[in-house]
Amino acid sequence: MSYATKKLAEEKVFKDPVHRYIHVRDQVIWDLIGTKEFQRLRRIKQLGTTYLVFHGAEHSRFSHSLGVYEIVRRMVDDVFKGRPEWDEGERLVVLCAALLHDLGHGPFSHAFEHVFDLDHEAFTRAIIKGDTEVNEVLTRVAPDFPQKVSDVIAKTYVNKQVVSMISSQIDADRMDYLQRDAYFTGVSYGHFDMERILRVMRPQEDQVVIKSSGMHAVEDYIMSRYQMYWQVYFHPVSRSAEVILTKILHRAKELSKENYQFLQEPTPFIAFFNNQIELEDYISLDESILLTYFQMWTKEKDPILSDLSRRFINRKLFKYIEFDPANEYQKLRDLEDLFIQVGINPKYYLVHDSISDLPYDFYRPGEEEERVPIQLLMPNGEIKELSRCSQIVDAISGKRRSDHKLYFPEDALLQNGKQKTLRKQILNVLRG
Amino acid sequence: MLEEHAKVVQFVSLAGQVTGRKKLQKMVYIAKKMQFPFHEKYHFHIYGPYSEELTLRVEELCTMGFLTEQMEDKGSYVQYCYEVTDKGIDFSKALCEEQQNLNEVVHILNSKSARFLELVSTLLYFGELSREEQIEKVHVVKGKLNFTEQEIKDAFELIDMLSTFKVN
Repeated sequence: MSYATKKLAEEKVFKDPVHRYIHVRDQVIWDLIGTKEFQRLRRIKQLGTTYLVFHGAEHSRFSHSLGVYEIVRRMVDDVFKGRPEWDEGERLVVLCAALLHDLGHGPFSHAFEHVFDLDHEAFTRAIIKGDTEVNEVLTRVAPDFPQKVSDVIAKTYVNKQVVSMISSQIDADRMDYLQRDAYFTGVSYGHFDMERILRVMRPQEDQVVIKSSGMHAVEDYIMSRYQMYWQVYFHPVSRSAEVILTKILHRAKELSKENYQFLQEPTPFIAFFNNQIELEDYISLDESILLTYFQMWTKEKDPILSDLSRRFINRKLFKYIEFDPANEYQKLRDLEDLFIQVGINPKYYLVHDSISDLPYDFYRPGEEEERVPIQLLMPNGEIKELSRCSQIVDAISGKRRSDHKLYFPEDALLQNGKQKTLRKQILNVLRG
Repeated sequence: MLEEHAKVVQFVSLAGQVTGRKKLQKMVYIAKKMQFPFHEKYHFHIYGPYSEELTLRVEELCTMGFLTEQMEDKGSYVQYCYEVTDKGIDFSKALCEEQQNLNEVVHILNSKSARFLELVSTLLYFGELSREEQIEKVHVVKGKLNFTEQEIKDAFELIDMLSTFKVN
């Protein structure tokens, strides 16, 4: 028996609060879970700073990755197996891609990526193809196997059906994170009938389609996603924490460039500050290291670094106001000048933040849209795009929603002392 | 953050007019690969490297009145055409600095077809590979487009030429 098809003597199961059990029979999957690069995901939170708002949201990318793997396993073993449109030869590559799809996420993923201009997907591919334990396991399957897994994650794999199982408008990734994040945040949105969706999924040449009888379950899934984005993922207070976290890293980077003497040399960050990042530097970093440094930086002499670090560690976050860039961009410039006058550096203490989302997009022939729509398989074998059949989905299709906020330290502006009048004037401008 | 919006407005302003969403996507991607400071995240999609962030940003800029989007009915499909408004010019001048050589690069890219830019951006996406491997990848992921040897040669020449522009 080859390594690719080798099964464990006994099935291993992981108890999981979302899927009840995660089943592992393949030796390759078991070995991948045991690699140090995969174990590192235990130390990366799935929802970054959201735990500062929803205290239960401490779950990791490790549990999410196992969840995505389990959903894909159920698709291929329970639903697709034996169907002529499904190539059983793709089973292992899609399972590995599902398990490893988030491998390259850094600590506090998006904020960290933003400051150091990194791309977690590129690091996922680098870990899969580089000198790593993960690569060693995948190469044992076949020399070109790491490249195949990497191609699925990069969406450049030749079989688009396989890609769509992990990355499309209804994929295993989304189905896991919506349910998992709802469970751990404790919100009542995010729930939908995944068992039903899995049962009505059908493999087709270039994608996976949904039997039309499952349309209402898909509607529920899309509405869940919509609710989760606006109620959890884009929560204004966790955005405030993310703004501060971003500014801490910016400040530390700037101080490092100015040869500032840190009380404790920030060794794990040096490669990032100097933009000379090796894979090993990236893999070595996790959220526990960041939080340790933030704790130490609360004692730094630099008033900005210590203040921002204290704010993050002690959850003394920035307040926010709604902001309309179309009509208020000049006001932002005026506020920056006022901040400087009262001795508050606007680069770190007056922050515009925007978010935007498109809940579902449909296909418009000939247009340069890139999202593959959800297709329904009608009883007569015809394929119809979801929003043409569902009034609910049609109502939100193609409708983007954005939100702009201005974050600032209200407490610093309320302080008594120097320039009290000017500080009060700033607050009046901010509050309109 | 608003600077990133302003940079997109500045980009379209330098081009004068950009015809097609795909074209704008690829132009910004190529400029980013040439080290111009654009921070929109790109991933590989149907037409090559694509940024959801840029799509959302452009749509927002249209809503804000900084860009205009004209829809042209081409019979079997529609095409979108982008231009900057006077308000948009004020906005970009207030929030972002001039970029050395960006004007030249934007004009070169805007003179090319969307199909050709799709090829150039796809080659750049696989930039870590050897030229032979890049070409092989293009044939795998863009098989249906049947790019000719001449087009691929021209694409590499353009990449080499763009690489000579310095970024401040």
